[in-house]
Amino acid sequence: MGSAIAADEGATIADEDQVSAMTAFARICFATLLLMLLGLTAAPALAQKLAPDGAPNPTASVTNQKTLLEQAPRIQGRIDIPDVKASVLMQPMGRTWDYFHEVLLHWGGAVVIVGMVAVLALAYLIMGRLRIEAGRSGQTIVRFKAFERFSHWLTAVSFVLLGLTGLNITFGKVLLRPLVGPDLFSDISEIAKYVHNFTSFAFVTGLALITVLFFRDNLLKKVDIDWVKQGGGFIKSKHAPAGRFNLGEKMVYWLSVVAGIAVSASGFVLLFPFYGTDIADMQIAQVAHAVIAILFIALILGHIYIGTLGMEGAFEAMGTGEVDLNWAREHHDRWLAEKLEAEGRQASATPAE
Amino acid sequence: MARMKFLCDADRCIDCNACVTACKNENEVPWGINRRRVVTINDGKPGERSVSMACMHCTDAPCASVCPVKCIYPTEDGIVLHNKDQCIGCGYCFYACPFGAPQYPQVGNFGSRGKMDKCTYCAGGGGPEAPGSAEEYAKYGSNRFGEGKLPMCAEMCSTKSLLAGDGDIIAQLYEERVEKRGYGSGAWGWTTAYHEDVKT
Repeated sequence: MGSAIAADEGATIADEDQVSAMTAFARICFATLLLMLLGLTAAPALAQKLAPDGAPNPTASVTNQKTLLEQAPRIQGRIDIPDVKASVLMQPMGRTWDYFHEVLLHWGGAVVIVGMVAVLALAYLIMGRLRIEAGRSGQTIVRFKAFERFSHWLTAVSFVLLGLTGLNITFGKVLLRPLVGPDLFSDISEIAKYVHNFTSFAFVTGLALITVLFFRDNLLKKVDIDWVKQGGGFIKSKHAPAGRFNLGEKMVYWLSVVAGIAVSASGFVLLFPFYGTDIADMQIAQVAHAVIAILFIALILGHIYIGTLGMEGAFEAMGTGEVDLNWAREHHDRWLAEKLEAEGRQASATPAE
Repeated sequence: MARMKFLCDADRCIDCNACVTACKNENEVPWGINRRRVVTINDGKPGERSVSMACMHCTDAPCASVCPVKCIYPTEDGIVLHNKDQCIGCGYCFYACPFGAPQYPQVGNFGSRGKMDKCTYCAGGGGPEAPGSAEEYAKYGSNRFGEGKLPMCAEMCSTKSLLAGDGDIIAQLYEERVEKRGYGSGAWGWTTAYHEDVKT
């Protein structure tokens, strides 16, 4: 093949040189020289392709796995069975994902959750339970209607179930398995897995309801800036004004909506494995699901604290749905004023003492 | 102490899938489960190579590390076994496995994968069943290893491409082959599985 090209080249060059009246002998000499030169350069390359027994080396054109893995994170080929994911010969990223799950997630998750609990404990020790300063008036006003409370508790109960069963997958083998033994732990974990997978639908329903029901009242308003300026209710001498939801609550709302959507989306990818996804997508979905869930749990721990232990009169809002007028006046004055006006009630009819 | 490993000499593998068939027959694995498979790299192009792949029985096996119920563990021979009674079918071992070894009897939607199944090195199961018993066979397949035999896939390999046995010995066999014939595309998966490679 090399010689054919050389002859062609020789002929072309000779044709171009017709004007210079080259003799036939000179032409042959030139072509021969060219062939020899080409032969010299081609010879070492040819020698490299021979095995010691003189046969052509069959691995000369083989790319080894090191090179293949430098080109792409995994080695994929053709396989005779219809299972596409089986065509991935090697994916060393599996070890990286294992490192994420067993080291980064274990330590990161523990630090975030234990850290949040510690911060809340510290808040309780320093600030104590935030009391209704004026005391209870004995009169109440409806804050959350039955359907709103249903939506909240549907989301809340499913969130706690999802959180506990989800944490079990990461931390159960460290915390629960030594206590109950491997066999019982495995039974618990299998039930927990199905609880996790099917409670997800209740959570998504609750999340959708919450998002729609509380959307309007969580839009940022000018009063939120005043609320921050007045110390968000944490400075006792100052009164922080707020509408139905203060900026703290609005942040919980928006972060929950965003985290809820992200955790649901990644969760459904995990629920239907390898539907339009490959092994790397599944790993990314798991990492996203785990990281968002841990942060979400930390956020909701704060939400649970302020709604129960952290503040007097707050739990009733989602419990019975009715809050004390003095509580409403201290935390949601704008909302109370609007509400009383709408109901035609007199604010003065509710003495502080 | 012997450390059991697999080594596929890709320069000898002819993609005949006899190892796959031998495995299926020896262990009577259900439909849809492929404990061993042959993947062809650069199919139809220069440098095409086929590699027979199953569980490599890794050192510091990532499947065992990631398992939320700790049902996967290495034996003293370096064989990675698992206890199906404890498996919850979460599918995490498949995400962690660098070689796509773990298999599940069901499709997997809503976490309904069933108990994980994978190559046992023909060494029976990691559960409480008596070695070599009918119960063990039904759940995990053959226990040739307990009879002093090597995995059926490697034993049946028509070109002796797939080697099984003590890691040092099969590495030496492969190195001798490479030295004699003058070429070799390497021990596929060894650096990932065992943190070490063959010398050539």
